[in-house]
Amino acid sequence: MGLTQLAFYVFAAVAVGSGVLVILARNPVHSVLWLILAFFSSAGLMVLLGAEFIAMLLVIVYVGAVAVLFLFVVMMLDVDFAELKRGLADYLPVGALVGLVLLVELSLVLGHWALAGAAPESREAVFAIEEGVANTPALGAILYDKYLYMFQAAGLILLVAMIGAIVLTLRHRPNVKRQDVLTQIYRGRDVELKDVEPGQGV
Amino acid sequence: MAFFDTSLGIFIIILAQCLAVTVAILVSLAFLLYMDRKVWAAVQMRRGPNVVGPWGLLQSFADFLKFVLKEIVIPAGADKAVFLIAPLLTFVLACIAWVVIPFADGWVISDLNVGVLYIFAISSLGVYGIIMGGWASNSKYPFLGGLRSAAQMVSYEVSIGLIIIGVLISTGSLNLSEIVRAQDGAYGLFSWYWLPHLPMVVLFFVSALAETNRPPFDLPEAESELVAGYQVEYSSTPYLLFMIGEYMNIVLMCALLSILFFGGWLSPIPGLPDGVLWMVVKIVFFFFLFAMVKAIVPRYRYDQLMRLGWKVFLPMSLGWVVIAAILARLDVIGYARFAAGG
Repeated sequence: MGLTQLAFYVFAAVAVGSGVLVILARNPVHSVLWLILAFFSSAGLMVLLGAEFIAMLLVIVYVGAVAVLFLFVVMMLDVDFAELKRGLADYLPVGALVGLVLLVELSLVLGHWALAGAAPESREAVFAIEEGVANTPALGAILYDKYLYMFQAAGLILLVAMIGAIVLTLRHRPNVKRQDVLTQIYRGRDVELKDVEPGQGV
Repeated sequence: MAFFDTSLGIFIIILAQCLAVTVAILVSLAFLLYMDRKVWAAVQMRRGPNVVGPWGLLQSFADFLKFVLKEIVIPAGADKAVFLIAPLLTFVLACIAWVVIPFADGWVISDLNVGVLYIFAISSLGVYGIIMGGWASNSKYPFLGGLRSAAQMVSYEVSIGLIIIGVLISTGSLNLSEIVRAQDGAYGLFSWYWLPHLPMVVLFFVSALAETNRPPFDLPEAESELVAGYQVEYSSTPYLLFMIGEYMNIVLMCALLSILFFGGWLSPIPGLPDGVLWMVVKIVFFFFLFAMVKAIVPRYRYDQLMRLGWKVFLPMSLGWVVIAAILARLDVIGYARFAAGG
């Protein structure tokens, strides 16, 4: 068994194990920490596949930004752990059903992707990877040359969503003293520094 | 030599290289720490460490022994596992980032194609050590320090990423060695990226200060308001790991600054040989700048820090990406050097 296989099994086992622990951990903060470990090991799996760009993006975006915000929110919640655990039995059948449906769908799709006779051609039709091109330039060419307008449209949708979230939560409270840097900078000569002798006052 | 071509042999070689780099960095860190304290002392007209060894040179080693030999105190309500993992994580992450740093042409453990992204990914993980430490201490000041650092590091990562994109546009590669090679030119010092990307050098330096929790942005551990922030409850070796990790990150930022903008191992004067010496000189010079900033500049207020990050640095660096892209497209000298990849 080569080192690559060994690395694959280590990363895969850690990913699955920490995924299970995300659900089983009693403390929600521990759950988020296990989730981060799961993300990290799946990034390791992607490096083994040769998709180093996607792996780094996974770590930067999910682990470095999204999970930080998760952790940030979960840490500040005042959660009653006993309360959280009590509903587990009620929701277990529904959760199991959803999981089963997802599993069946995934295996159908992946099975077709791997086994169907037309699969190789349809894969080629989506993107043709030239030999010897690293995956960063290849992705760049697809996103910014071939599908530029769709990429821009996706960016625009995200921008609208972001502005919407800000507009929904933005409120200007009166009676709050705020610092306005521009007025401070453009203030005239009405303020000056004076040397005051001790015991005299201004 | 056949053994070193098998996968086990390659594994052993890589392990030896990692060990060599880690030991070299840790030893030089001891003297950089000494230098930091000496510079700080000189600015404040003190003598600084001067007792242990000649001119106090061995002070860091004495401190090391002191930290290691003391008792580890774990607070009663602390989450023990997370409390101990947090400093380890900080230290390990600070170490593994050095894997992709080229010290000279070819002197790099892993010449990754996505070296810049790797550094970026590892430094974005660094925040976890601090948050975990702050939360697991089960105490108010560390928790506040952890929250502050989470917001601070996430904010400044955004602008650091955008600043680096300018350099990437000029080079056309994410490989750190390629970035240095692209700066090799006939004019020595003036072929480096600091000249075409001058505004971004300043922004990168300031963002690096914020990203590494260095004064004037050391709000996660502001001693005048949070005692010592996320590390209040830490003692002996865990504290030492936090501190070494922090300083390693600072030196890493100095190394990045010299690679991205100041030509890495290239010599500033045409004709002089390139080599690892120039890299070391540049790193020490930027570390000196970091130390001077610590001594001279007063601490920012938290809202000022956030305003600087989101309202000043983010628009400026985003604007610079657009400008650099246009200049590179128009083939303005110095902006487009697609030596590799393209």
